[in-house]
Amino acid sequence: MSILVNKSSKVVIQGITGSEGQFHGGQMLDYGTNIVSGVTPGKGGIKTLNESVPVFNSVEEAVEKTEANTSIIFVPPPFAAEAVIEASYAGIELVVCITEGVPVQDMVKVKNVLKRNNTRLIGPNCPGIITVDECKLGIMPGFICKRGNIGVISKSGTLTYEAIDQLVNVRLGQTTAIGIGGDPIIGTTMRDCLELFEADAETEGVVMIGEIGGQMEIEAARWAKDHMSKPAVGFIAGQTAPPGRRMGHAGAIVSGGDDTAEAKMRILRECGVKVAESVADIGTLMKELMN
Amino acid sequence: MKVHEYQGKELFRKYQIPTPNGVPVFSVEEALKAYDELATDTVVVKAQIHAGGRGKGGGVKLAHSKEEVESLSKEILGMTLVTHQTGPDGKEVQRLLIESGANIEKEFYAAITLDRSKEMDVFMVSIEGGVDIEKVADETPEKIVKTWIDPMLGMNSFQARKLAFGLNLSGSAFKEACSIFMKMYTCYRSTDASLLEINPLILTKDERVIALDSKFNFDGNALFRQKEIAEMRDLTEEDSMEVEAGKYNLNYIKLDGNVGCMVNGAGLAMATMDIIKLAGGEPANFLDVGGTASAETVKNGFRIILSDKNVKAVLINIFGGIVRCDRVANGVIEAVKELGLDVPVVVRLEGTNAEEAQIILEQSGVSIIPAKGMKDAAEKVVSAALGS
Repeated sequence: MSILVNKSSKVVIQGITGSEGQFHGGQMLDYGTNIVSGVTPGKGGIKTLNESVPVFNSVEEAVEKTEANTSIIFVPPPFAAEAVIEASYAGIELVVCITEGVPVQDMVKVKNVLKRNNTRLIGPNCPGIITVDECKLGIMPGFICKRGNIGVISKSGTLTYEAIDQLVNVRLGQTTAIGIGGDPIIGTTMRDCLELFEADAETEGVVMIGEIGGQMEIEAARWAKDHMSKPAVGFIAGQTAPPGRRMGHAGAIVSGGDDTAEAKMRILRECGVKVAESVADIGTLMKELMN
Repeated sequence: MKVHEYQGKELFRKYQIPTPNGVPVFSVEEALKAYDELATDTVVVKAQIHAGGRGKGGGVKLAHSKEEVESLSKEILGMTLVTHQTGPDGKEVQRLLIESGANIEKEFYAAITLDRSKEMDVFMVSIEGGVDIEKVADETPEKIVKTWIDPMLGMNSFQARKLAFGLNLSGSAFKEACSIFMKMYTCYRSTDASLLEINPLILTKDERVIALDSKFNFDGNALFRQKEIAEMRDLTEEDSMEVEAGKYNLNYIKLDGNVGCMVNGAGLAMATMDIIKLAGGEPANFLDVGGTASAETVKNGFRIILSDKNVKAVLINIFGGIVRCDRVANGVIEAVKELGLDVPVVVRLEGTNAEEAQIILEQSGVSIIPAKGMKDAAEKVVSAALGS
């Protein structure tokens, strides 16, 4: 067991012939991801990635011909939102959008479409998802992960890798790790991921990594307080971030109220999440909770 | 991205949102000419900087004659304006807006912004205008009227009416306000704004509704399709090193401490600043070199960090995923050799090819302090900063 993706996920890569699509497509194939097709409008009919993956002109066609049910998007920001919508209308159940720099207004529309079409989106501006030893649907380095029983949720890419590395160092493997992205509007929230991990029989504990800005960590923690039976470790980046400044991620900005690191850490603690004051303690805290 | 008040008002005119007549000026001579053009007795001389609180800081003044325009323009142009939003160093005033005075009967607040939790835009108005809206929200939240806008439908007239009724308007002023609210939303949406705020929106003694101020934030991710907005950017209002860093796709924010840091990824960069603080130091900056740091970005990052003379030590914290640590190590060595460092540098490399990278650094002969793990790295860089 695991969440969202596994060996049987049939993946279509949107933007497969671009440089990102080519590079990460190859990396995902090497990891063992079941990539069944790719889409680049106008390049339908060719085969790519060492002649192993057929390319189609539309997601609809890729779904029809290869039964793809999962998509990963590597198209430039001006076209990314439409790529998500195309996948959604083609009946794709899970879409991961790696693209960084999608306009917020586009995402507001995308969310509206997703609600109607029963599609789950991860991202945008995220490293993707990995179910260890089964399916890498993203740009993370697969080799740092070890299979085990911890679920990882994070707004940030490299901070996810840091957490995974620390877990491995204390001999804790992972089921699935999800980078949900740090934009103001994202497809799948931290709370959604907690729900999935809670329901997953193989996952025994969860690491949730947030940052300043927004209310997502708080919403997740409040849900955990009432519904979560599994231990959770939390970390919030940005304790030293000055208010009013956007810290890299479009969503990482302290604009007043409960969105500071301090406030979030306090509320997480109140909700029973074990909070790591220092980023270096994420692994050891999880280990303590698991013993 | 932010723009000046006068630029926001140019957008208002384009979308037919009424504002007072006004002329942006860069010198005292231009200010006098503007006064003649406006042909009105009373004008307001307004400092144009990207920060609120200008009135309290002494940057907005009334002038009743040409002589007053001259003396006030001389006074405000070139002054360093300190407000609660500029920070203690303040900002130098380089532009003024000379604007016709208005007969204010009432002051309101009106704004549109994204509500992240509802994932929709929210339109807010309040009868408490001209003051700090956060204070109103805290103390008398019932005085703020809100309506959320369906992204597929856009703004509906019933919503505009709800807002105008919320301001207790009637008659021609009510109609005028409804029309302004519809146009505000069109303007917000068409320009990819993330904030459009009018504070105050005024009711004049002769029952007209006018935008006396303008404040915009625009979505930086949407500038590729907003050429007109992108051209309004005033780089002199931004930190010069942050602008320089942007040219190399580096995300840099200067802070007040003395421990420089260079990290790949925004979350890890924030966490690195935090752990420096926990180790007893103060971060000098936020610097995200991106998920795919190369030798070139490392070199540029170094140059930018070291241009801050407060920096006493530098921490490089790279978690190599797709990027290979051995390449980053070579970049560090190249940069150190080329730039000739005179502050200690602590390097922590983890992930792809980290061990090879360690060997490269050790054999390079360049004096670099290697670190293992974030805690070790933070402690080493803080003690290095104290020692130098």
